[in-house]
Amino acid sequence: MINNDRSSIALSRSPIRSPSLQELDIIAEIPKEEYVLKCTSACAGCSDSLALRYVLKAAGPDTVLVVPACCTSVIQGIWPNTAFNIPVYNIAFGAAAACASGMSNAFRKAGKKTNVIVYAGDGGTLDIGIQAMSGAFERGTDFLYVCYDNEAYGNTGMQRSGATPLGAKTTTTPTGKTDFKKDIDAIIAAHDPPYQATAAAAYPQDLFKKVQKALTFRGPSFIHVLAPCPPGWRYSTEKTVEMGKLAVKSGMWVLYEREYGKVTIGAQSKVAMKKPIPLEDYLAPQGRFKGIDPKTVDILKQRIVKNLAKLAAEEAAP
Amino acid sequence: MTALQKRERLAISRPTGGAAGKTGTWRVFRPVVDREKCNDCGLCATYCPDAVINDELEIDLNFCKGCGICANECPKKAIEMVREEK
Ligand code: SF4
Ligand code: SF4
Ligand code: SF4
Repeated sequence: MINNDRSSIALSRSPIRSPSLQELDIIAEIPKEEYVLKCTSACAGCSDSLALRYVLKAAGPDTVLVVPACCTSVIQGIWPNTAFNIPVYNIAFGAAAACASGMSNAFRKAGKKTNVIVYAGDGGTLDIGIQAMSGAFERGTDFLYVCYDNEAYGNTGMQRSGATPLGAKTTTTPTGKTDFKKDIDAIIAAHDPPYQATAAAAYPQDLFKKVQKALTFRGPSFIHVLAPCPPGWRYSTEKTVEMGKLAVKSGMWVLYEREYGKVTIGAQSKVAMKKPIPLEDYLAPQGRFKGIDPKTVDILKQRIVKNLAKLAAEEAAP
Repeated sequence: MTALQKRERLAISRPTGGAAGKTGTWRVFRPVVDREKCNDCGLCATYCPDAVINDELEIDLNFCKGCGICANECPKKAIEMVREEK
């Protein structure tokens, strides 16, 4: 089980004690309320809409979503209608965190506790939105930034992004990407926010709890959600949840939290650290890795081992 | 001009069911639940990206896109994806 009892550290840094995931288990009866109405125009089997369902269930109705250009700005439906039953502010690609900063300050000045949540894709986070995001984290903006990561520019036709992993084919890397995936979590960690976590659309209960927890902190928090995308990753639509689980089980995606700098690795990833499934099981169903050369697979495997060792060392550190 | 009228001039969309049309027409395969096998665990409803499975585990075929995640994740293999007749 995950042990989050670091109240002494928490107390020295913040007036708010954060509940542990177990405590949240008790209050985390996931509400029936749906804030994503039937239906968005998302592709069949889309993780973006699956993840958003649980982000909004956790946040509740007193929430404003700030959405930069990404699939989420497109799937809302056609003006004058929207499938999102919550206030949404659609904003330019690079501006989401800047907009959220102003919005959050205005709410707090007016004495309102309204949650301000940026819901952005990997392009709008790792590449185009990184400047505004870094600024907002540096200024200690009271908001939650959720990056749902489908590892490419989904709504413009699957161009490579900073989040595309090594070896993956996209429309702009037709022979496979030759660079590594940018480690945005390390970049966020360098801003020393009170709370950051990784999650996956394939583990909606875990995502729900992490969003609830993130919203208990004053200041900026970040959740990086792996969001498998059937047309982009070229697997058949029914495998979306399976794909997310394979990513975690192979160690390609690690579930962890970082609270006041202290890392806690999630139970599912602990299992993957002891007994990972072969990486090939994760790569094989995906067309974007078709024909990947064995040397690249080896490099990916080495990166997984290195990354897991790094996180384990951080978790073990006092 | 009232504040409301001013706001009307902005491009504001309002929450509406079916904002992207009846997405059920996209479907190639339709999920069919075998109630005999089903144990009401609710996992299909949890994982449906479009939230078209309700508490009674009824699937809203006006909107179900036929992705098949429900069938793939069902621990009892109680959902079968059946090709739609055109
Ligand atoms: S391209 Fe991918 S992320 Fe975008 S709507 Fe389609 S399935 Fe979802
Ligand atoms: S996942 Fe399968 S067993 Fe569980 S409620 Fe749905 S149909 Fe029934
Ligand atoms: S096929 Fe997909 S959209 Fe239809 S009910 Fe199953 S999970 Fe939901």
